[in-house]
Amino acid sequence: MSEALLEIEDLKTYFPIKSGLLGRTTGQVKAVDGISLTIREGETFGLVGESGSGKSTVGKSIVRLAAKTAGTIRFMGEDLHALHGERLRQLRPKLQLIFQDPYSSLNPRVRVGDAIGEPLLDHGLASKADVREKALQALESCGLSAYQADRLPHEFSGGQRQRIGIARALALDPKLIIADEPVSALDVSIQAQIINLFRRLQQERGLSYLFISHDLSVVEHLCDRIGVMYLGSMMETGPREELFRSPLHPYTKALLSAVPIPIPKLKRERIVLKGDIPDPSNPPSGCKFHTRCPFAVERCVHEAPELRSAGGGRQVACHLA
Amino acid sequence: MEALLDIRELQTHFQTEAGVLRAVDGVSLRVREGETVCIVGESGCGKSMTAMSVLGLVEGPSGKVAGGEVRFGGRDLLRMSRQELRTLRGHELSMIFQEPMSSLNPVLTIGRQIAEPLREHLRLGRKEAMRRAVELIREVGISRPEQIADAYPHELSGGMLQRVMIAIAVSCKPKLLIADEPTTALDVTIQAQILDLLRGLQAKSGMALLLITHDLGVVAEMADYVIVMYAGKVVEEGEVERLFREPRHPYTQGLLRSKPVLGQVREELYSIPGQVPNPLELGAGCAFADRCEFAMDRCRRQEPPLAPVGSDQQAACWLHGKEG
Amino acid sequence: MSVANGRLAVQPGAGRSKRSSIWGDAARRLIRNKLAVSGFLVVALMFAACFLGPLFSPYADNKINMAQMNRPPSASHWLGTDALGRDVLTRVLQAGRISLTVGLASMGLSVALGALLGIVAGYYRGIVDQLIMRLADLLLTIPSLPLLFIAGALLSEWKVPPDSRMYIVMIMLAVVGWPGLARMVRGQILSLREREFMQATTVLGLRGRRRLLGHLLPNLVPLLIVIATLNIGGAILSESVLSFFGLGVTPPTPTWGNMIDAANNMIDFEKRPWLWIPPGFSIFATVIAINLFGDALRDVLDPKQRR
Repeated sequence: MSEALLEIEDLKTYFPIKSGLLGRTTGQVKAVDGISLTIREGETFGLVGESGSGKSTVGKSIVRLAAKTAGTIRFMGEDLHALHGERLRQLRPKLQLIFQDPYSSLNPRVRVGDAIGEPLLDHGLASKADVREKALQALESCGLSAYQADRLPHEFSGGQRQRIGIARALALDPKLIIADEPVSALDVSIQAQIINLFRRLQQERGLSYLFISHDLSVVEHLCDRIGVMYLGSMMETGPREELFRSPLHPYTKALLSAVPIPIPKLKRERIVLKGDIPDPSNPPSGCKFHTRCPFAVERCVHEAPELRSAGGGRQVACHLA
Repeated sequence: MEALLDIRELQTHFQTEAGVLRAVDGVSLRVREGETVCIVGESGCGKSMTAMSVLGLVEGPSGKVAGGEVRFGGRDLLRMSRQELRTLRGHELSMIFQEPMSSLNPVLTIGRQIAEPLREHLRLGRKEAMRRAVELIREVGISRPEQIADAYPHELSGGMLQRVMIAIAVSCKPKLLIADEPTTALDVTIQAQILDLLRGLQAKSGMALLLITHDLGVVAEMADYVIVMYAGKVVEEGEVERLFREPRHPYTQGLLRSKPVLGQVREELYSIPGQVPNPLELGAGCAFADRCEFAMDRCRRQEPPLAPVGSDQQAACWLHGKEG
Repeated sequence: MSVANGRLAVQPGAGRSKRSSIWGDAARRLIRNKLAVSGFLVVALMFAACFLGPLFSPYADNKINMAQMNRPPSASHWLGTDALGRDVLTRVLQAGRISLTVGLASMGLSVALGALLGIVAGYYRGIVDQLIMRLADLLLTIPSLPLLFIAGALLSEWKVPPDSRMYIVMIMLAVVGWPGLARMVRGQILSLREREFMQATTVLGLRGRRRLLGHLLPNLVPLLIVIATLNIGGAILSESVLSFFGLGVTPPTPTWGNMIDAANNMIDFEKRPWLWIPPGFSIFATVIAINLFGDALRDVLDPKQRR
């Protein structure tokens, strides 16, 4: 196995809840509450979870769009949250983020060729003379044509805009791309195009991905290792095949059985969870999943299970597994 | 059996700066009593507009139902007066939408909003309607129904609100429930709950369901009969098992092949090339021709009609045409 | 580049390249709006008349002519003469120069001041933001008309010469005008900062200057254009009110406000409508036209309208 590109250790990102006239902090949302994960070079790590799981906040914390509360994030050996100013800016190209909403992640007033070229200029990765050439190359490698470089974002469809976002990140020659729900705003036929694009780029350039998604079938298709989050905590991690074939955590099992499969009249075992996802600002005691877990016992209410090794590169946080 | 809902050659048009947009262009479909029909398609294919047209919710100045017939229980909805339509809606024919939050009034309690159609359509008294409302809340699987009846929409989660919307929709025991992407805004575990709930209610009351969705997985789980739409038209329809096993239209085939399926990892996903066409720039031929790998000359010249391909299945494609 | 193009949007019919541009689209939709075009034409006509008209008038020297006092409209004096025998039409046009200039200039000043302070507050946040916004709040709590009255009275008290009063009035109007503007600009900046495309500039590691000048400000320009346009109308009105009470620009320099004031007795009001109707109508027509145009601009430039 190659060495770790990104190492997250016990990351906590809390957001204050402010209220009242003076904006006093009256509580906190523990959006990410002690997450550890490692991404090796050339690997795709899938982070799955439902709303309120904190999966997007993990991504935002890595690229410093959210301030961490505790823990460390090391990228290429550097402590990301210890870097500031110009040092941080110079590391940025290596670590890119693809946003979920292709409609709002592009400035409506900047032509797409310029949107791709600007960062190249600012990082000295291209000169004024060859910036256009490089921007066009990036566009073409993402399946768009050079003649489209002078258009404005509103002239493109959602799938095309997502390609532009990918091209913009790709032009910087990153090591790691964090993709935050990059296909969930797209139609099925376009989704497949973008997923294939992610795949191809990885094969061509040895990229690593942190792929954040709520869609288990997409994650299964694209990722080598997977982490399942629930209310800010990691429930289970492991290699794709094992995790999907024999999930250890009851939440993973329920999640997998809830995904509708496009095969009519398919008989399969289903676990339909009762109740709602609890409010992340007021999570349940003990194991956060115990309120919905069909197997919960007394111990789960009081004691939060540690994420522990379950052999074969797998980890699970459950008293019963 | 006589169809409960019978849509024939429905046309819904929008007047835009660039010309007339045919959002729904000659759609015909039938829903029989107790049956679940799914309309599946990608954004902009006209699936939601079809539902809106049925309910008389396409409103001017720019949009209007320009032609066709929508027969419900033998009567043509398009020729009904506002008053007649109003007594029908929420009573025999009801609807739930994708965003439950925006469909509920934020300043009224949940109980009151469920009780309203009961008082309006079934002429129940205030007390009786509230009692029924609490019962309905219990029926849609919400615990502590009395407390929830006194709550306001913002106090409930998205999944709970969708249950409330369902409670309102089924309160007067409709014959047909139209559900427009009812689970798209919800998490998977909550989606599973809602689909279970809809199936349960249907089994109990025998209402028919017209489900509009983009998710083929949801279609496979719910549908008896499937209608695939593309660019305002029906391109294929059929009994669900047959259609999933043997899709005949290249678009349906592409859709099914391009969806990643849990437990079936493939090296590369099939993907339909290109983009959904601009509905204002459609030519004379098949709207899918530019993205179709089997497209022939004829496909670009002449539009294929929907024609039977085997029993209980129809496709609009020259590959299966009598002369093709 | 986009800022330069911004002027195209204000001038309907300006030429443009084949590449589609946001400004070009906006201009095209603006031209299609009849109210906007008529509003723009009225304003343009008013400007042309006020700045060019007096050049062709035989009465532009404003000589007092006791033989022609208070004459009703006639062939030689189209809008009659005032109490000192001066031609009313010429005076209205000359007054328009002052009123329009004061309107434009005080708008320019207050937009510059408000935009600058709003941008600084929204971009740097923290203590700077607090200081600027509390100052703005303070100014907003004091009703602006009494404030202007006091300032105007002080000017008269200190015997400021009429020529320089015009400039002081501009500054006064700008000082009361900026807080509301700064607040809007700051709000816009704060909401823009949260937009994903601004977050993207952080992740892409763009330099601070490019993020501010290349991404943040261009998205502010439409708002500024709209506010600026609507503000001209407000400034013209405020100036007229001040001058009407003799606290703004004072005679002999004519403005629409002090011309109406000159007809403030009942005899003039009832018997000599040519003294006050022309300046009154000028204010009315100009402000309405500017507001119509501004409203249409807002519709056209509002980014929420399109994806």
